[in-house]
Amino acid sequence: MRYDRNRTTISEEDNNLLAQKHVCIVGSGGLGGYVLEMLARIGVGHITVIDGDVFDDSNLNRQLLSDETVLGRKKVDVAIERHAKVNSLVEVKGIEKFLTKENATELLAGHDVVIDALDNIDTRFVLQESAEELGIPMVHGAIAGWYGQVATIMPGDRTLDMIYRHKEEKGAETKLGNLSFPPATVASLEVAETIKLLLDRGDLLRHQILFIDLLNQDYHRFELS
Amino acid sequence: MDIKVRLFATLREGRSKELMLQLEETPSVEKVLTELEIDERDVAILLINGRDGAIDQILTEGDVVSLFPPVGGG
Repeated sequence: MRYDRNRTTISEEDNNLLAQKHVCIVGSGGLGGYVLEMLARIGVGHITVIDGDVFDDSNLNRQLLSDETVLGRKKVDVAIERHAKVNSLVEVKGIEKFLTKENATELLAGHDVVIDALDNIDTRFVLQESAEELGIPMVHGAIAGWYGQVATIMPGDRTLDMIYRHKEEKGAETKLGNLSFPPATVASLEVAETIKLLLDRGDLLRHQILFIDLLNQDYHRFELS
Repeated sequence: MDIKVRLFATLREGRSKELMLQLEETPSVEKVLTELEIDERDVAILLINGRDGAIDQILTEGDVVSLFPPVGGG
């Protein structure tokens, strides 16, 4: 049985429920590749991946979907191909576009949760605004060097306004780069938040941020409201 | 008055993880940044006593200011 090891934490009824859910991953880079892997394996039924980019060799140090044979190929095509092999019960839809103010509402509509796997701050605000307009919960994640952060944002919370006081700024990753392991850490936490949202279970990182410092193994959870 | 400052990630570079500042009466967060030579634009999250704060907020004895840089990669 494909989902035997999900038991009993995820029951058969839970898995049936997950199979009906629609989740949108915005960005198919470091975070997005791991998020997709975990959502598909646990059995979320309908996954949309939005990314207008192609793989290049600077992706190879961390992006799960990248390897030396896919350089130059569309990220969404590689995502679909891999997951046809990983879990054919899951429908993975690829949209080869970057999220913009103009297309966000159309692309995000109909999803139960949207996941921030973006690589820039500007577009995160587009995502927050559009998710709010559509009434969809958003799971935020970001990385830079040894560091990462996660938050769950319900429509109207506007938690990003407190996380990024200067909306237009570049993040620390422009100086620190992105290593192989923080994407997996942050993606795991984003998926945990997503599964809890979908199954209405547990405590969420709502009105909060979890700040992760893997250099010192410091994990801080702060109120943001 | 004494204000405790906790710095995170890159803001610790050339400074320390946690430090005490002795400041004049009614200092703002801005004064803390000036003392530590931190550019306000490098601060993405600003917490006062573990809660979201503002740059012009006036601090009181024993307040804890936490400062984080922007983390924006994916």
